[in-house]
Amino acid sequence: MEYFFELFLGGLTRGSIYALIALGYTMVYGIVQLINFAHGEIYMIGAFTALIVISVLTMMGWNQIAILLIAAGVAVIYSSAYGYTMEKIAYKPLRQAPRLSALISAIGMSLFLQNYVLLAQTSDFLPFPGLIPDFEFMEPYAHIIGSPELVIIITTTIVMISLTFLIKFTKIGKAMRATAQDRDMAMLVGVDVNRVISMTFIIGSATAAIGGVLIASHIGQINFYIGFIAGIKAFVAAVLGGIGSIPGAVLGSLILGWTESFFTGYISSDYEDVFAFIFLVVILIFRPAGILGRSTAEKV
Amino acid sequence: MKNRLGQFLIVAVVGVFMVAAGTAMAADTIKLGVAGPHSGDLASYGIPTIKAAELVVKDINAKGGVLGKQVELLVEDDVCKPEVATNTATKMVSEGAHVVLGHICSGATKAAMGIYKDSNIPAMSPSATNPALTQSGDYPNFFRTIASDDAQARLEVDFALDVLKLKKIAILHDKGDYGKGLAEFAKSFLEADSRAEVVLYEGITPGAVDYSAIVQKIKRSKAEAVIFGGYHPEASKIVSQMRKKRMKTIFISDDGVMDDTFIKVAQKYAEGVYATGPMDVSQNSMAIAANEAHKKAYGADPGAFYLNAYSAAIALLNAIEQAGSTDYAAVTNALRTKDVETPLGKIRFDERGDAIGVGFSMYQVQKGVYVELK
Amino acid sequence: MLVNELKKSFLISLWFMFLTFPIMVIRVNTVENIIQWRWANLFFVGIGSFVLSALWRYLIRRKEQGIKKTEVDGVARVTLSQRLLRERRFTIPALIVIAIVALAFPFVFSLYQTNIMITALIYVLLGLGLNIVVGVAGLLDLGYAAFYLVGAYSYALLNYHFGFGFWTVLGLGAGMAALFGIILGFPVLRLRGDYLAIVTLGFGEIIRLIMENWNEFSFGPSGIANIPRPGFFGVEMNFEQVTVYVYFLMIALSLFTIFVVNRLQNSRIGRAWIALREDEVACQAMGIDKRKTKLMAFALGATWAGFAGVVFAAKTTFINPASFTLWESINILCVVVLGGMGSIVGVIVGAFILILLPEYLRFLSEYRILAFGTVLVLMMVFRPGGIVETVRRTYQYEEADH
Repeated sequence: MEYFFELFLGGLTRGSIYALIALGYTMVYGIVQLINFAHGEIYMIGAFTALIVISVLTMMGWNQIAILLIAAGVAVIYSSAYGYTMEKIAYKPLRQAPRLSALISAIGMSLFLQNYVLLAQTSDFLPFPGLIPDFEFMEPYAHIIGSPELVIIITTTIVMISLTFLIKFTKIGKAMRATAQDRDMAMLVGVDVNRVISMTFIIGSATAAIGGVLIASHIGQINFYIGFIAGIKAFVAAVLGGIGSIPGAVLGSLILGWTESFFTGYISSDYEDVFAFIFLVVILIFRPAGILGRSTAEKV
Repeated sequence: MKNRLGQFLIVAVVGVFMVAAGTAMAADTIKLGVAGPHSGDLASYGIPTIKAAELVVKDINAKGGVLGKQVELLVEDDVCKPEVATNTATKMVSEGAHVVLGHICSGATKAAMGIYKDSNIPAMSPSATNPALTQSGDYPNFFRTIASDDAQARLEVDFALDVLKLKKIAILHDKGDYGKGLAEFAKSFLEADSRAEVVLYEGITPGAVDYSAIVQKIKRSKAEAVIFGGYHPEASKIVSQMRKKRMKTIFISDDGVMDDTFIKVAQKYAEGVYATGPMDVSQNSMAIAANEAHKKAYGADPGAFYLNAYSAAIALLNAIEQAGSTDYAAVTNALRTKDVETPLGKIRFDERGDAIGVGFSMYQVQKGVYVELK
Repeated sequence: MLVNELKKSFLISLWFMFLTFPIMVIRVNTVENIIQWRWANLFFVGIGSFVLSALWRYLIRRKEQGIKKTEVDGVARVTLSQRLLRERRFTIPALIVIAIVALAFPFVFSLYQTNIMITALIYVLLGLGLNIVVGVAGLLDLGYAAFYLVGAYSYALLNYHFGFGFWTVLGLGAGMAALFGIILGFPVLRLRGDYLAIVTLGFGEIIRLIMENWNEFSFGPSGIANIPRPGFFGVEMNFEQVTVYVYFLMIALSLFTIFVVNRLQNSRIGRAWIALREDEVACQAMGIDKRKTKLMAFALGATWAGFAGVVFAAKTTFINPASFTLWESINILCVVVLGGMGSIVGVIVGAFILILLPEYLRFLSEYRILAFGTVLVLMMVFRPGGIVETVRRTYQYEEADH
């Protein structure tokens, strides 16, 4: 029973990590129906920016909590700026183009950003300092779950709740929903669609940056490629939950995390990913729009 | 209109052909090909080899070259992909490489070796450790300045059984060419020995964000030690997660883990980890000189397989000098019969192409550095 | 006007200097605790983005004017490439020239050139196959490399275990791939759009991972080496001769593919695919069997990947699962989209550009992939329909002279 519980918590952590990236994916998809392949790269850039800030500040001898907060802040600002710029360059000119063109553009952007960081920085793995201290009250449970895991789970919950709130109750949230439903109609009733889309990219990228800092400090190392691997899994999770839906992204991520954890724990990690993908296929066969996705009836 | 178009096309075609014919001209130099991943995610394994070759060639050219000719480098990228490696190899052949330093990854090397074999070009890898490359006998033109994976697995298993006297061992690998190959060897060596049992044998997913499930599984299997085949990014994640969960399981791994980055990433958790690695050559004067030269030229410490590549470049060029020509049979014969002083010590190659005098030792992380266990 | 433009460019270059500041200027190495400041880069970024932003805005403006012009004129813009393709007096000499170049190629150019040309031709096959699924039938497939893998492993394994020759497996491999196409097709019949994309992605990964893990069957990640090159009635050939031989084999196979795909597109099933892509519901209402049409698209698309896979295994003589990752699928998809979805000429051009460009960009070495990514984005922004846009088949009637 304890083994089960440990696997459950492991899956919860893994799922929360996926969720932090999947949230941005699903938001962008919800508004512009674009698989933003470069979203993982934004997450990677957030982590790299944070690492640079941390290194510089550590050299200047600042205290750890201050460094953590400043690094996270700078990472969020920079990731948002990259997300914003990326949208303006690679996606905005393609609004009227076929959707596949936008996907290819996103793939190009993803390749560009990966290699930009590779060339400007390094291809090696760089150690990322563990920023989250081990809390004392957690010590008795250390063999089950660590402090960084706990922080990640809590952060994911907070981010999910605030995003849901943002979309449900704020003015920009309303504008987002309107744009998602019908872009032309939203424009007619006075929604500044360009601004809404920019905001979506900024918010999505900001969540990716938060994810980047937390996950990098949990794993302890980064390189230019981490965004791609994590991005694919997060994408799968978002689709599993029903792409475009915020709670769906979190649910999908958690289910994916648990699936992988239990499969590894009770059967074999050799076929962990195979099983995860088969599971996805089976879910989509029975619910073709994901678990929480609404399947829209075809308008004729 | 029609005529002009036709004329234009003829001129264009003729022009293209002439340009192509022009490139076939060649100057009289010794051409040393350098192939490996120079871009992409494995670039950090390939770039040190270029630097080693550049330094060796600069040195030799300054001393008058080989057989009185200057040595020229042909550097080509294979991204560690077999399908690209065949193009890279053909390009080497087309450009008239006499010997090739590379490739880096075992898969890419296998794909390229067939082409070099047909074109009678000897190739020497500083890093491809797959046993089949030398043991299968399929690649008579292949040499390497690194020991093969089974030697490493043998050392790990012997160490676990003879020195640590372990009874229950878990074997993990990263599902990759290198890691899984090593783990398979370790498993077969352990199974052939009655002193210990393999309680867990599994592949983990490389690059995953979290390994807590597999760590719990190790814990449940009550293994006293883990033998891991793979690279340091995964190893440091697993070790850290084991230690954070207060597990004291011994961790034994390979030269993919014997990297300073591993210690920097895993920090205090790296303490006590065992890893096999190339025999310590830090006292070798040529190795010291080679490292100094790199620092002077590039302002940083050399990267992965630098000394192996440095030695391979010296060995290849020395063999041409000894053979008195770039003839395939003479060069391979010189490689097999003539000793050469390199940063790895005095080496020569056996019939299969493995370097004699190059082997592995066991290292342990003690107070934040890898220390060779004698 | 000019002042305004300069001001805009200046602001944009300031923005990019801010944006690239941490990553371009500061280089950290946390292994050795070194921080490097490279202020010169900031200057280059500033100058570069100043110039490029002006150029960018100019090009975007031109593109928008082009779109507006079409709207006003009411006629679809016929691009130069399309016009050239239609003109018979141009196409016939062009075809002759291409034929001469293709025949003379291996004898004029170096072995290396011939070799990369074979790779490009393999991608022509792959691109044309995927074009059936994505371009014609409109089903986004992100797991196409799986069928390529099936073809390659069919040859490698059948040869290893039973000693089957290249020519026997060429057909068998394609058949196997088609079978897998149908196996994938069944579960995804109900899915559409991005859900279909993710399931095909998953399918591709499943096949690759199984190959990676199931050592007893596939020799796992270390792959299969020493796969024989194609034979020619038992004639012994050296490496150079084999390369030329494979080159002509690929030319023949490509011609065959072009012929078949062209016939398919104009056939009943081809039109059903196009109808399916445009409107699924209307298509069913017209009495087209959606299930059969989709399965046919998957099976026929996969067949070409099977052919390509067999040739690939025979050409490289070594295969392992790492050659068939998601990136491979994406690469093939890029061939189709970059070249122009649905257009046969476009896909061929796309394959040549996408495969040969990185090879010729070798002098850029490490900047290669960066340049490739940039080209993808720019292509899509300025020519979203691909290099050769398809022309919808339309029936025109000519007005009688008055």
